[in-house]
Amino acid sequence: MTASQEIRPESAPAGVRERRLHPVTPLRRAWAPVAVVIGWAVHDPDQVQRHVTRLTTTTLVAGLAVFLPAAALYGFLTWWVTRFAVTETELRIRTGLLFRRTAHIRLDRVQAIDVTQPLLARLLGVAKLKLDVIGTEDRDELAYLAVGEARALRAELLALAAGFAPQEAHEVGEAPSRELVRVPPRVLAVSLLLTGATWAMLIAATVVPTVLWWATDNLWTVAASSLPLLGAAVASSVGRFVGEYDWTLAESPDGLRIDHGLLDRAHETVPPGRVQAVRIVEPLLWRRLGWVRVELDVAGSSNSLLLPVAPREIAVSVVARVLPGVFVPGPAHLTPPPRRAARRLPVWWRGHGLAVVGGVFAARHGLLKRTLSLVPHAKVQSVRLTQGPWRRALRLADVHVDTGANTTVSARLRDADEAARLLHAQAERSRTGRRDALPDRWMA
Amino acid sequence: METGSPREAGTAEPADTPDAGTREVNTPVTDIPDTPDTPGTRTVAGEPVWTGLPPGLLRMRRLLLVVWLGLFTLASGVVPALFAGPVWALCALPPLALLVWGWVMLGRNWRSWRYAERADDLLICRGVLWHEETVVPYGRMQLVEVTSGPVERHFGLASVQLHTAAAASDATIPGLDPAEAERLRDRLTELGEARSAGL
Repeated sequence: MTASQEIRPESAPAGVRERRLHPVTPLRRAWAPVAVVIGWAVHDPDQVQRHVTRLTTTTLVAGLAVFLPAAALYGFLTWWVTRFAVTETELRIRTGLLFRRTAHIRLDRVQAIDVTQPLLARLLGVAKLKLDVIGTEDRDELAYLAVGEARALRAELLALAAGFAPQEAHEVGEAPSRELVRVPPRVLAVSLLLTGATWAMLIAATVVPTVLWWATDNLWTVAASSLPLLGAAVASSVGRFVGEYDWTLAESPDGLRIDHGLLDRAHETVPPGRVQAVRIVEPLLWRRLGWVRVELDVAGSSNSLLLPVAPREIAVSVVARVLPGVFVPGPAHLTPPPRRAARRLPVWWRGHGLAVVGGVFAARHGLLKRTLSLVPHAKVQSVRLTQGPWRRALRLADVHVDTGANTTVSARLRDADEAARLLHAQAERSRTGRRDALPDRWMA
Repeated sequence: METGSPREAGTAEPADTPDAGTREVNTPVTDIPDTPDTPGTRTVAGEPVWTGLPPGLLRMRRLLLVVWLGLFTLASGVVPALFAGPVWALCALPPLALLVWGWVMLGRNWRSWRYAERADDLLICRGVLWHEETVVPYGRMQLVEVTSGPVERHFGLASVQLHTAAAASDATIPGLDPAEAERLRDRLTELGEARSAGL
């Protein structure tokens, strides 16, 4: 199931057209030596200062005369040796200057395709393309391609993965998409203002330095403590706003399309049947407005957000589209743990709940911030029952359901007999659920 | 919960003959029909056919326990007795108690391990105080591993480990007879291929 990453002989196979990345790529690679120098300078400022004072103009010029061409040559060579090719079944990437590396990524195993454009890349009109397959690494992305080429390549890869013949795949082009949800900036801003974590960070970033200043009168301690806090506060408020700005969710025959970002744009495509689990998160302060956040798990993908904020009804209808044939259970459908669970987990036991209806295993946890996790039966990898000594004494047990995206959904504090029945029933359901699951090649 | 005493499943006791492992090998296989997905299979079988672990693992663990804790007990008895007087030999009592307790615990833990091959999934039960029961459908298996460390090899033992796409679901059956481990691996691989479901 992992991406087939094997080292093959260097020669290019006959009949496969190999391509190179966009010519601006060396610029990006050339940053590496500069970053090393900067890192060294930051790490040991005193020594750097001593070195700099000793420098004369001639040594500086001579150093630059050696350094710049060397960096340029390194960048050029890494670009020169990196090639990729699309075959009927695979995307092949050959790279590495000294250590050769060939990755053959099977297209029928594709879990998602990301096209991302950092700010600088947007200005230059280039984009990164990454295939999410279990086992791929960050190096397996194609950075950079011209924007048009990246889009055409994504369309071709999706068409091939869907089961089109290679000749057709080239001409199919981008599948038409229909917009489902677009999150307005105002709603996003309000939702972030109503998030406890944002405020906690901001308060910490103001209170801690003040207290330290009052206690120590030392500017350095205050700066050293407040800068990371301030950074975290900015990342959790402004950073999230910028990252989740203009969040657009669209539906197409090739699956779900997620586009977002103010400065860095990201476009993700998740083909049908790739979503392993969905979580509907309901923070305390959003409840009055009826808003929820929807998270998703796709194996091998780094993105875990489906909708940063949306009214509950819209979120439910989106989940129903993402997981076809799935019914999202409401609070009325969830059965709470038995009353005696209160002795194991006072107060919070009320937050737990379980429903096995409409093709999903749905478990809720949390009292203030409620999280409802949904796993379709067809995506269950294994089922486990655990029981510690305390739970045994109270005749309680936990049932865990593991998904292919390395996440586990747990129904905690269930009655022991119910849990034992649930364990076997769930194994049976996941077996039958798998039978009528979609094929990997969704158009075939 | 004292579930899964291997005696119920008809497996050998520690004192049994060494070929006990080979005798029990065939019991679960014959009970499971090879025709996949027969609806009746599960209900007819009702209770899964459990297999316990062969006694070799218990022997190995107890031997290791006795060797290490025995040495420690001896040292903690002799050394204080020599340097501080014979009464101090009582220092050996806590390690000795630990040894006895460990002896009993290892036995209980060993008895708690059991597995069952059903028509569509593998069941593994383990743990006395912290009980865990795992169900892994054959179709979800990505990889079946047979491992055997140097100590295990000396005692003629091997472990079978199952991997699915979820790291949390990894299930291990330790201390199997190497022949049984290989049979299990081959059978699981075969069943996994027949029912392969991927992600």
